[in-house]
Amino acid sequence: MGKGFDMTQITEAVDVTPRPTPPPSVIARDAEIKYYTASQFQLMWWKFKKHRLALIGMVILGIFVFIALFAEFLSPYTPGARTPNYLFGGPQGLHFVDADGNFHLRPFTYALSAAMDPETFLLEVKEDTSDPWPVYFFVKGDPYKMWGLIESDIHLFGVEEGHLHLLGTDQLGRDLLSRLFHATRTSLTIGVVGLFISFFLGLIIGGISGFFGGSIDEVIQRFIEFIRSIPTLPLWMALAASLPREWSPQRVYFTITILLGLLGWTHLARRVRGKLLSLREEDFVVAARIAGSSDARIIARHLLPSFLSYIIVDLSISFPYMILAETSLSFIGLGLRAPVISWGVLLQDAQNIQAIALYPWLFTPVAFVIISVMAFSFVGDGMRDAADPYSR
Amino acid sequence: MAKFVIQRFIIMVLMLAALSIIVFITIELPPGDYADRRALHLRSAGVTVTSDDVESLRHILGLDRPWYVRYFNWISNIVLHGNFGQSFGLHLPVTEVLGQRVGLTIMLAVATIIFTYGLAIPIGIYSAIRQYSLGDYAATIVGYFGMATPSFMLALILLYFSVMVIGTSVGGLFSPEYNEAPWSWGKFVDLLRHLWVPALVLGLAGTAFEIRTMRATLLDEKNKLYVTAARAKGLPEWKLLMKYPVRVALNPIVSTIGWELTAIIAGAPLVSFVLALPDTGPLFLTALLDQDTYLSGAILLMYAALTILGTFLSDVLLAVLDPRIRYGERV
Repeated sequence: MGKGFDMTQITEAVDVTPRPTPPPSVIARDAEIKYYTASQFQLMWWKFKKHRLALIGMVILGIFVFIALFAEFLSPYTPGARTPNYLFGGPQGLHFVDADGNFHLRPFTYALSAAMDPETFLLEVKEDTSDPWPVYFFVKGDPYKMWGLIESDIHLFGVEEGHLHLLGTDQLGRDLLSRLFHATRTSLTIGVVGLFISFFLGLIIGGISGFFGGSIDEVIQRFIEFIRSIPTLPLWMALAASLPREWSPQRVYFTITILLGLLGWTHLARRVRGKLLSLREEDFVVAARIAGSSDARIIARHLLPSFLSYIIVDLSISFPYMILAETSLSFIGLGLRAPVISWGVLLQDAQNIQAIALYPWLFTPVAFVIISVMAFSFVGDGMRDAADPYSR
Repeated sequence: MAKFVIQRFIIMVLMLAALSIIVFITIELPPGDYADRRALHLRSAGVTVTSDDVESLRHILGLDRPWYVRYFNWISNIVLHGNFGQSFGLHLPVTEVLGQRVGLTIMLAVATIIFTYGLAIPIGIYSAIRQYSLGDYAATIVGYFGMATPSFMLALILLYFSVMVIGTSVGGLFSPEYNEAPWSWGKFVDLLRHLWVPALVLGLAGTAFEIRTMRATLLDEKNKLYVTAARAKGLPEWKLLMKYPVRVALNPIVSTIGWELTAIIAGAPLVSFVLALPDTGPLFLTALLDQDTYLSGAILLMYAALTILGTFLSDVLLAVLDPRIRYGERV
């Protein structure tokens, strides 16, 4: 509890009765009361709030989670829906001012047509400004089942005539934005499930190592060092590559998630062990033991709460690794496969120079990955600072 | 010192042995064995192969023995004869397929390490002595981006800009005229001129991390009393900095060389694939996709051996730098 935790100060502070207009000294003391009587969680939140980048990261992650939750509703098309006359179509811009210079409050878009310039052989994209397609909110579109339960055909936005592809389409004419929204769901869920597996493994193995100590601890620690010295990604590629080819995409999805979960536990196990070893000797644990608490009660009531915040920090830091590992595996075709869509699966279309030069919009999933990973590192940084709220 | 090195060396050998078992497991994991594949290949070429033929081939190759015998055969072939087995896909011995590609991978890794530390140490020192300057902020921002971007995506981004802006690709390791040429001084210089791109891509995350470490340690160190004492004694600022705090701050950096190398090797196959480098990376990926297990196993073993060797070297280097480690003290 590092910072001067003075009991007399608290009892004295609590005795102060509120007055109609408190003098400045009392206001200062009120702030002090607030500080000393705040729960650990409140202290953490106050500290976290001071980290501006972490707050921004939190907002971005919130948006990502929102997209993942309501992907079907937010995306203008279903991920498999094709616009057959718009293959490899570029992003369509939203306009407010029409060809005659009139302003419309309702945005609209134009049909795009690409034609080869006969002299330079470069593709020239032209907008057909004669026929605007207005964009509406809550339009009826492809039917879908929200979370596989609720049937609906209302999309947040879309067009009633023509088509609307804000980020362009892929080689089958499927809307990239809609696919990205659905991929966000897959990539985030994989990360979360993988994280849970890591969490349990780390907690159990680290717990055994730290609680029993001695030769068990020694063996586990050497084992962890060994695992960490292996270049994990190539090893995981090799493991993923040995999955039978005839497995269904769903089964592969499931297995890859477990594989990723096995990726992150070493770090966590070390942390749990270290904390357990140092906490075992703390006064409050000794006191609990003398008072006759059982081992289980000491672990659950005293040890776990005191290092839970560190574990959460570690989890938030290892989340990006999950996403990156999934993206890398899927990108080269060893991870998830169509019809499952993830960021990595989408990036398979952007593997070579040709694709990058001709259809640069296929490249947008990269932005999603980088933004989400950066947001996570910011939040992780903020949480690391906040995890020990008593160090001011 | 000798005792320390020998001790580390023994650990390294043990780790290599344990690793070879893991690699062997990945070789054995996919369904079907070499005999099945050989039969499949012959059948596709129009040769009739009975299941008896497959069984006898299996027996000749010793594939019907228990796994530890197979493992022993495999590893002793590698250690005693340098024979890594046969590539299914290319119908050549693995060693022949790998050829000089291994050398290129090692060169890439070494170049990346040099690049990482060559940039990180001076920038880290600068960031620490000019804290909150424009350059310090720039380093921090680039650092955040570098750490958040996986290297293969950085390669894609670089490729994108080189194609869109400059109009040529930055991929490959040699200019066309040197592609098939035998090794010469000109080819080597040409290689170095191409190598910095993948080295930059692979090293950026590590560089960012090391800059942060260097900056943080140096900031801690430069306000300590021994620095003030040296300054009071009248040492010139530059000499003072290099002689004391920088030397102390180098320790945590050097101790992570092993991890850096692991990270570089882990990122290398994908970057090589995206940038179309003629090293082991693309070969590894195609071998994995084709389940060409002896080839992928050999490359995986090489990657792992490289990182373990790197860890060993960084341990020794650290012992040279820091006497406390040399004499077996816990730091």
